[in-house]
Amino acid sequence: MNGPAILLRVAERFGSRILETHDRLGDQTAVVDRAALIELLTYCRDELGLKFDMLMDLTAVDYLKYPGREDGPRFEVVYHLYSLPHNHRLRVKVALEEDDPVVPTVVDLWPIANWFEREVWDMFGIRFEGHPDLRRLLMYEEFQGHPLRKDYPVSKRQPLIGPKN
Amino acid sequence: MQREGLTQVVGKSLGSFFTSKLDEAIGWGRKYSIFQYPFVTACCGMEYMAAACSHYDIDRFGAGLPRFSPRQADVLFVVGTISHKMAPVLKRVYDQMCEPKWVVAFGVCTCTGGFYDNYATVMGIDTLIPVDVYIPGCPPRPESVIDGLMKLQEKIATSTQRY
Repeated sequence: MNGPAILLRVAERFGSRILETHDRLGDQTAVVDRAALIELLTYCRDELGLKFDMLMDLTAVDYLKYPGREDGPRFEVVYHLYSLPHNHRLRVKVALEEDDPVVPTVVDLWPIANWFEREVWDMFGIRFEGHPDLRRLLMYEEFQGHPLRKDYPVSKRQPLIGPKN
Repeated sequence: MQREGLTQVVGKSLGSFFTSKLDEAIGWGRKYSIFQYPFVTACCGMEYMAAACSHYDIDRFGAGLPRFSPRQADVLFVVGTISHKMAPVLKRVYDQMCEPKWVVAFGVCTCTGGFYDNYATVMGIDTLIPVDVYIPGCPPRPESVIDGLMKLQEKIATSTQRY
């Protein structure tokens, strides 16, 4: 199935719960409402014609100072799906408000999401509800804050030993 | 009286003659038995491996045998970026080494932090442990590694030896 057809199929099934779709430069994106996220991803994984059996990447974006999006939802969590049997891809995004950065976990769908979600928690402070072990992955436990948030001071260091900054 | 004074002077200079010669001999021995502990964390490691392989033959400088236990090593080669998460480990490895010991900062990240200026990176390992030789470069050429090694040999040979 080609990319636009995947978008059509998903949009047909989920209707208004798919907030937006993009088809740019050969990449297809579906922006989904948070309440329908798990249902959509489960559908993408299990539906015969789609069979997205691989979660290539799970990451997040902080749009705090992004031109044109200053007052929109601050965060976006991005899922990159790939299907080995069909050799096609889809990108799924879900937007999150600053005061409620919570999204349901997808560890049950793709076990690889375990560490991806820990990394996103570590770097962006987005919580994944239902995650079995949501600890920091890259930074140390003593670290305060989330360094890839745009409001984290760019050269603020928190050394364990040695001089402070 | 005069004669006694003379013997004392001769005796003193004889003594310092022997200790300085002993220093020299020990220094000569130590500079040709540099057992390194490679603390390799990043891309400089590949360059270190290239420099440590047979093509450049660093066994000429007595540095051909890396030891992977800090207890058996004389020189700590810190190769690659050190993050704040890694810093306590580096300090601990340094503390575990027996005297006399030296430290070489290999590559610009260990010297100053390099092009990293962010939340994760230590801005030069000399903020944590004393460094004897800095080898800049990103990564350093094997020639500059050998140059650094020879400078270290010079430092080992000419310093006052503790034994």
